[in-house]
Parts: sequence; structure tokens; C-alpha cells
Amino acid sequence: MSAIQPKIGEPVSDELALVQAAKKGDVSAFEELVKRYDRNVFRIAQHITQNREDAEDVVQDAFLKAYSNLEQFQGQSKFYTWLVRIAVNEALMKLRRRRPERTVSLDEDVKTEEDSVPREIADWSPNPEQLYKQAELKDILTRTIQGLPPSFRTVFVLRDVEGLSTEETAEALGLSIPAVKSRLLRARLQLRERLSRYFKKRESGDGQK
Amino acid sequence: MKCSEFLQELTNYLDGVLDERTKSELEDHLAWCHNCYVVCDTTKKTIEIYRDSELYELPDDLRVRLRSAIMSKCQQRKKTQESI
Repeated sequence: MSAIQPKIGEPVSDELALVQAAKKGDVSAFEELVKRYDRNVFRIAQHITQNREDAEDVVQDAFLKAYSNLEQFQGQSKFYTWLVRIAVNEALMKLRRRRPERTVSLDEDVKTEEDSVPREIADWSPNPEQLYKQAELKDILTRTIQGLPPSFRTVFVLRDVEGLSTEETAEALGLSIPAVKSRLLRARLQLRERLSRYFKKRESGDGQK
Repeated sequence: MKCSEFLQELTNYLDGVLDERTKSELEDHLAWCHNCYVVCDTTKKTIEIYRDSELYELPDDLRVRLRSAIMSKCQQRKKTQESI
């Protein structure tokens, strides 16, 4: 079995030049950075907040905060990693405001019932995504990932959906590399467990193969 | 290698960051342990299905509206900074 292929991102060679120009007051250079990353920030924000309006606010607030604090960006990390860190913080603040009764922290290393011991060991159908209509599939995927604790969900989204490296994810979330790896493993296994209910091979004759 | 040891290395294996020796021990295990093979294969499919799912795509009209709001606030801040 081969390793998963990393997502190929856009080249970032001119990114630093755009940041430098924006620092000197070139607003159109900053607009280029917004165009480059607004979709990513929106996805991350909606995965964390699980709320469309909150995600819209996070996109605006994160880019404005980045613009106002450009001087603080020293270029040791990629601009995108720095921006993701700001966006994740904004999104977590929104989530805390909506759920004041629950502590929402990236540090939480929760033990959940279905932790990391696989129980569902059934092969999946060869093309699981074709078992359901597009809208139905999106609904299953959304509900499944929403069931993960925020700290697991965030690590999974940054690593596996957005394609950040382990090191970039650790930096964006202020976590250690072992903490990122441990959360990622558990997030992947829990999602796999839950998706197996929908995607496992059916016995022939029950209508869905 | 035990199944629990395999699971501990699963993420590193899928990310392709293992040294050759550990990788080959894992693949030996996969060759005879059907359960771990299924867990590994379906975990890989889980990642791929989410990566390709296009959940929460930003619609074009909303994208334009958000960008124009962001840029007009950036312009305002720039003017405020210049006037100080």
C-alpha cells in the first residue's frame, strides 16, 4: 500500500515579495494574498465553528488582523501558516462564545469512548463515494467530522484537508509535534470508524452494493 | 510486530515518513494481518474522501462580498495610519 499523495499547493516563491509590498502600503499586494488564501481560511473557519455566519466573520477578522499586524510577521514561517494561526484563534473565540458552557481548547487531549481501538473491521465498497448522491455524501461527511472534538477536528482539517505539514500544523496551533501526531492518528481512526458504517461492503441482495 | 504497534505507526506510514526498516516491518505485518490491512486501507480512503470532498467551498458571490469588505477596511486603516 502506498503513502497518501500530498496535496500540491500553489508556488509560494513570490509570497514574501507580496508581504513586503503590503508592509510598505501596497494594498493591492495584500489583496493578492487575500485572493490566494480566502477559500482556505473559510474552510478552516467553518470546520471549527460549524457555523456559516461565524466563518464569514472569521475570514474578515483574520485578514484584517493580519493586515494590521503585518509588521509582526518576520518571515520565519510561511505567511499562510501565520495567517492560519490567526484564523484558528479567531474561530476558537467564536466557538467559545457560542458554547460558553463547554471549554474549547486546542490543548484538550480528550479520551472519547471510541478512541483509537478499531472495532469496525469490514472492507469498504470499492468506490464508497459512489454509494450516495453528492448532497447525501456531503451531509454524511459533514456530520461525521462535526462529531469529533474541536482539537481533533482542527488538526485533521489542517493536515489532511488543507495539506499543511506536521511541522506547519504544530506551529499554526501552538502544539508540539508529538501532540499533533497523536491527535491526527486518533482523528483519522475515529473518522474511519464512523464512516465504515456508511461505506462498508454490503451483503449482496440488500439493495446497496 | 503486534497490531497495537502497527496502529501506533499507522499515521507515519500513511504520511510516508518512516525509515525503510520500519516500513518493511509494517508491510510484512500487513501481508499476513487482514484486520490491519483493512484498517490501513480504509483509513487511507477516509483521508482521500475528505481531501477530495470540497466541503465548505466559498461561493463566488460571497467571496467577492467578503473581499470587498476586507479591502475597504484595509484602505481605511491605511488612511488612518498615514494621517497620524
